[in-house]
Amino acid sequence: MSEAAQELTVSVWRGDARAGAFQGFRVPRFDSQTVLDVVSWIQQNADPTLTYRFACRVGMCGSCAMMVNGVPRWTCRTHVSKVVEAGALTVAPLRNLPVIKDLAADMDPFFEKWAGSVHEPSASRDDEIAEIRPDDPKRAAASSAIECINCAVCHAACDTVAGNPDYLGPAALTRAWTLFNDTRHGGDVLEVVSGAGGCHNCHSMASCTANCPNELDPMSAIAGLKRATVRRVFRRD
Amino acid sequence: MRKPLWYAYLLHRVSGLLLVLFLPVHFWILALAMRDADRLDAFLALADRPMVKAAEFGLVFLLAAHLFGGLRVLALEFLSWTASQKTLAAGSVAVSFALAALFLLRAI
Amino acid sequence: MINRPLFIIQRLSALVMVPLVFGHLALMIYAVQGGLSVDEILGRTQGSWFWFCYYGVFVLAASVHGAIGLRTICGEWLGLRRGLDMLTWLVAASLTCLGLWAVVAVT
Ligand code: SF4
Ligand code: SF4
Ligand code: FES
Repeated sequence: MSEAAQELTVSVWRGDARAGAFQGFRVPRFDSQTVLDVVSWIQQNADPTLTYRFACRVGMCGSCAMMVNGVPRWTCRTHVSKVVEAGALTVAPLRNLPVIKDLAADMDPFFEKWAGSVHEPSASRDDEIAEIRPDDPKRAAASSAIECINCAVCHAACDTVAGNPDYLGPAALTRAWTLFNDTRHGGDVLEVVSGAGGCHNCHSMASCTANCPNELDPMSAIAGLKRATVRRVFRRD
Repeated sequence: MRKPLWYAYLLHRVSGLLLVLFLPVHFWILALAMRDADRLDAFLALADRPMVKAAEFGLVFLLAAHLFGGLRVLALEFLSWTASQKTLAAGSVAVSFALAALFLLRAI
Repeated sequence: MINRPLFIIQRLSALVMVPLVFGHLALMIYAVQGGLSVDEILGRTQGSWFWFCYYGVFVLAASVHGAIGLRTICGEWLGLRRGLDMLTWLVAASLTCLGLWAVVAVT
């Protein structure tokens, strides 16, 4: 892969919330090149006005997600060799979110949906520390969202979000499932996820689970919420 | 971005949509024709045409696919199955095909 | 689009229909042998309380289930936002009426 002559044909989406179009670039190919490397190369060598977002470059911060050849991916950990199709790449801002400029999607609607799933402590620092066994089933279930980096890849992959902008989406609901299983959480998360945009809108198509870069499983977490919310109606617990 | 389970979802949705559109026709024909037996018999005679046979096969397939697809969703949601979802989805399609084929074989 | 009560109704009606659809499929496979006729259909169902209840319950469950399903599809695929409740009620009511009319006609 080291022949200097090798080049990539890259289509990059340029524009803002109102209008835009794809712009073509030719980018030299490097060893172990990531999609973020390609975007950075364009910004540094071809067009300094290209807007995009990244921070950690090692898959920790969740800020670099884009659509790559139509699939949502964390671009800093996506090797070009894995996704290139006939020497070409198409890079676009994340689906299901408004665009700010070029490749930077507006994450506000995504994070607003987490609003109901913010930790509310059930105890203060003066109380005794709750004892939670690591092998407790609820503790194990609470792990479902701990590794989530808020990258919104699942949100972009979900067709239910696409059809229903009120739907809370896989990431916020997985977070809610973690809070539900967190014994230290004082808030009532089940009512938050039972409204018109809640967990019951999920169609279990698993696009979230199939695309999450951290191999989390929002679909199963949402199924857990469905069970818990229905159980509450019939058992009143 | 889209994997087998997504196609299972699409099949479930499309089969459900077609079934609910077919329902009023189904009810209408039954209700009307029971008052006027000759008309239903004339209509049922139509059922021997290949086109109508194909449509019947389609409806039985849709019903079976929606039934088994729905059972899969119920199992996933309420029995917390996580493993081998794809196999289940494929299995449900296979079984519905088998049922519809059986229907067709007996109808001929 | 779908909240908890609608979800519960949707899943309950599905559960009710599981055995009914199995029966319906089996009956179709059995009855279609040698062709259908009005006499054959009426001979089986007329004056039978069992079939009246069987298909009565089936019609009710299918109408509700279909109405909620159609509501979701109209919301997600057609982008309908207002009037979804009205649509659900309308579809459920008209399917129920038509269906019960058919059940009464054959029993
Ligand atoms: S399983 Fe649910 S959350 Fe995940 S992609 Fe499908 S509808 Fe969206
Ligand atoms: S669940 Fe996965 S895909 Fe979704 S935001 Fe978290 S890390 Fe990203
Ligand atoms: S830049 Fe931080 S996850 Fe990609």
